[in-house]
Amino acid sequence: MITSAIIPRPLAKLPWRLIFIVLGIALFGLIVLYSAAGGSIRPWALKQAVVFLGFLTIAIAMSWLKESTIKAIAFPLYGITLVMLVGVEGLGFVSKGAKRWLDVGPIRLQPSEFMKPAIVLTLARFYELVPAAEIRKWRAIWPALALLGVPALLILVQPDLGTCIMVLLCGVTVMFLAGLPWWLFVAPLAAVGVAAPIVYSMMHGYQRKRIDVFLDPEGDPLGAGYHIAQSKIAIGSGGIWGKGFLHGSQSHLQYLPEGHTDFVFATMAEEWGLVGGVILICAFGAVIHWGMRVSQNARTRFAQLAAAGLSATIFFYVSINLLMVMGLAPVVGVPLPLVSFGGSAVMTIMLCLGLLMALERQQRTVSRLI
Amino acid sequence: MKHMRITTAHQSITFSRRMMLLGGAQAVVGGLLVGRMGWLAIAQNQKYQLLSESNRVQLIPVPPRRGWIIDRNGKPIAINKASFRVDLIPQQIVNGPAIIAELQKLMNLPPDEVERITRELSQSRGFQPVSVADNVPYEQYAAITVRLPDLPGVAASRGFTRFYPGGSTVGQLVGYVGAASVAEYEKENKNPLLLIPGVKIGKEGLEQTLESTLRGEPGGQRVEVTARGKLVKELDPKPDRSGGTVQLTIDADLHEYAARRIGDQSCSVVVLDVTNGDILAMPSMPSFNPNNFSDGISQNEWKMLSGDDHLPLVDKALESLYPSGSTIKPSMAMALLNAGIDRKQKVNCTGAFQLGNHTFHCDKRHGPVDMDAAVVHSCDVYFYTMCLRVGAEKLSPMVRSMGFGEKFDLPFDNQRYGTIPDPDWMMRKYHRKWQGYDTVNMSIGQGMVLINPMQLAVMAARLATGKRVIPRLLKSKPVAPQEHLAVDQDHLDFIRIAMAGVVDHGTAAAAKLPLDGIQMAGKTGTAQTHNLSASERGDYTAANWKLRDHSLFMAFVPFNNPRYAAAAIVEHGGFGAAVAAPLIRDTITFLYDKQKALQALQVFEQSIGGTPEERLARKTASWRAANGLPPVPANQT
Repeated sequence: MITSAIIPRPLAKLPWRLIFIVLGIALFGLIVLYSAAGGSIRPWALKQAVVFLGFLTIAIAMSWLKESTIKAIAFPLYGITLVMLVGVEGLGFVSKGAKRWLDVGPIRLQPSEFMKPAIVLTLARFYELVPAAEIRKWRAIWPALALLGVPALLILVQPDLGTCIMVLLCGVTVMFLAGLPWWLFVAPLAAVGVAAPIVYSMMHGYQRKRIDVFLDPEGDPLGAGYHIAQSKIAIGSGGIWGKGFLHGSQSHLQYLPEGHTDFVFATMAEEWGLVGGVILICAFGAVIHWGMRVSQNARTRFAQLAAAGLSATIFFYVSINLLMVMGLAPVVGVPLPLVSFGGSAVMTIMLCLGLLMALERQQRTVSRLI
Repeated sequence: MKHMRITTAHQSITFSRRMMLLGGAQAVVGGLLVGRMGWLAIAQNQKYQLLSESNRVQLIPVPPRRGWIIDRNGKPIAINKASFRVDLIPQQIVNGPAIIAELQKLMNLPPDEVERITRELSQSRGFQPVSVADNVPYEQYAAITVRLPDLPGVAASRGFTRFYPGGSTVGQLVGYVGAASVAEYEKENKNPLLLIPGVKIGKEGLEQTLESTLRGEPGGQRVEVTARGKLVKELDPKPDRSGGTVQLTIDADLHEYAARRIGDQSCSVVVLDVTNGDILAMPSMPSFNPNNFSDGISQNEWKMLSGDDHLPLVDKALESLYPSGSTIKPSMAMALLNAGIDRKQKVNCTGAFQLGNHTFHCDKRHGPVDMDAAVVHSCDVYFYTMCLRVGAEKLSPMVRSMGFGEKFDLPFDNQRYGTIPDPDWMMRKYHRKWQGYDTVNMSIGQGMVLINPMQLAVMAARLATGKRVIPRLLKSKPVAPQEHLAVDQDHLDFIRIAMAGVVDHGTAAAAKLPLDGIQMAGKTGTAQTHNLSASERGDYTAANWKLRDHSLFMAFVPFNNPRYAAAAIVEHGGFGAAVAAPLIRDTITFLYDKQKALQALQVFEQSIGGTPEERLARKTASWRAANGLPPVPANQT
């Protein structure tokens, strides 16, 4: 919070530290996109800047939302998003082999993106309504599983494995924080651990190959492991200080595929090195930390759960992408928010941040006594 | 759980605890990411930097200029001629099929070439050129050059082709070059240089054996290319180093003269400088034209060459073996003298010699002959008698020390060394005892005796000097020290005079040098290949060419102060004195008086139907007619 006589009060009351960090990340992202295009603001950086500023404005506007309003729209938002997901199945626009988009006039909507904050708000609202004594009862579990399972399944069949996993993780995080019994989380993990080798042995050749390539991408550097292998080369060859701005050969000579979208972190790391990477990771860490603090300081159960879930959404976005780019997770197609070119991720992150800012404002404006 | 009522307070504690857990897990993931990145960027940095560089930089090898082969006076034997070539640069091509069709029209490309170009184009990486044609005629090159703006991706450039000014006269000496085969490419560990259009490597002869010197070091244009093979920019090039020049001891003019003087015979001539063993000439004819091979030889030309009974693909000077015939006699005489035979002692030649129940013949009835007369007139009966008296054990070592059967260190892969038999060898090889008739056969260079023309020339050089003359072809090799042979100077003087007598008044009297004050010494030889009757032998034209005797002659000049030695073996040439001796006479004449020798050559070539080019054209035409092929199109001759 900046206190100054010159700056009008409403502006001064914005969480400026967060906004500066987010602006910093986005600016760095634009610089990387400028380099990825061979030193040009076209075709990516300029477009991305416009999209980012647009959504930042929306997020700041959202920060004046009241918690009660957010609460009130949680279920309707979920319902509309679910209807749109069904609509995508029926009327969806097919691109890159998957039905993900819905044409609404001039705008192309990707409903699965809305589902990430929507599921968090819905589950937070649901667990707020569940009395504390009921939390370990079956009644507190199955509606949540249904609320989470239906959209996850709809997204999985699009098919969009990355978003499906993210929605599941966001939902499970809220359920975990709501205080559901431990066994509910440990048992499925154990089941997966036992079943994985058995499933692997029953898989088809090509399915197994995908797993093998993930476990050892360098075993097939020209085939399915090409993305990961080239990405690791880009990050590894960057060294500590990087090759310098506009000097990344992997990205500029197009050895690195998807260097402006999913693998933008590799493009960045090649030119800015370990230093750039650590700074970026720390910046994201600061954003997530800020979100977690909002959750900790929240005074209502809804605000607690929603803020934690929204921060977790940002966390999963960043960490799944980075794990994938560094060869620690399979390639599932999750972009790096605020840095990767593309509007969807920016929109989701900005919705999350807008809601978080709104919740944070409540903490400061509403008297502690109420 | 029923025993415990969970309150809001409980819930709050659970929430805080789980938030800490979640925050901790997030921190762990963050730490994992930073650690992983550090490991990639610091510990593995070198590995990935190398991989990134090998992605970025590609080397386009620039072929080195092939080294020259020059003669002893610096005259070129194998050089590089500027030529025109047309290539396609795949990444610049807009419409491949249209370009190829246009080129086909402009350059008259045959259909199988069009197919090859299309295939190579589809397989090539963007920046590697695909060869359209080598050695393009200037008119076609010019036609393409003016249309280049309409032909994106076509590159017309100047390159180099191997050129041998001596043409077919040096074919067997230098061999030829050609594009590397798959086997050669594999053998050199897939050297990328061998894949460049226009790069030729030695396939035969000196081009092959001296490959490592002649090739040079390829340079490279280091370029930055994108993943799709598009060239981004050129980096600092790695300079190439031209192949080294190889100087031979050959006298190119003499070599060519001897080759032309051979005419249409199947023959090899070797001329040596006796003072140091330098090989001045060693043509083997007929031969192939290595210039044709360097552009890739046609199927028909290959068929014509490999089907020729004059063996144009064999280097006769080193690879063909012949009975020595009477040319062995001077060495035999040396062996007899060494064994104590009195050279004045006479043997009566009745024209025949009886051993057991077999009669050996002499070519005529010489009457009583001493050693001198036996050499001069080549009397077989004298050598039958005397050699039997001395025994083979004392003959073979002397003949071998004169160079027969000896291996010389010359830069050729397929040399054959022949045989000088002796009783031990007979037992080892044929598991039988040496018989008297073996000595008789050997005494006149028949039976098991086999030599090559190089050895015959070396023998002449050693008889001329009494020293171990060792032939040398590469100027860079040091002259081998010439040890004295274990022979008596008196014996040597005698045999030189006897050999001078051969040319002066003996069997080679028709081959006297047309030069004042320079007298040649020599020895003729007629090597039987088949048992022909005396009447057939007299009438050579009646006998099938293949059945005729080989004609041999060896000589040195000047007889009293030897400088040059020479030998010729004419396959199925007939009587030695009639064919081989005049050939050596003219060749030696060329060393002293070029004008006179060239006049003699002109007369000779007129008698056999013109210059080698004219004769080859006629031969090709008749071969094509006989094999049902249309005449060679005018633009290819």
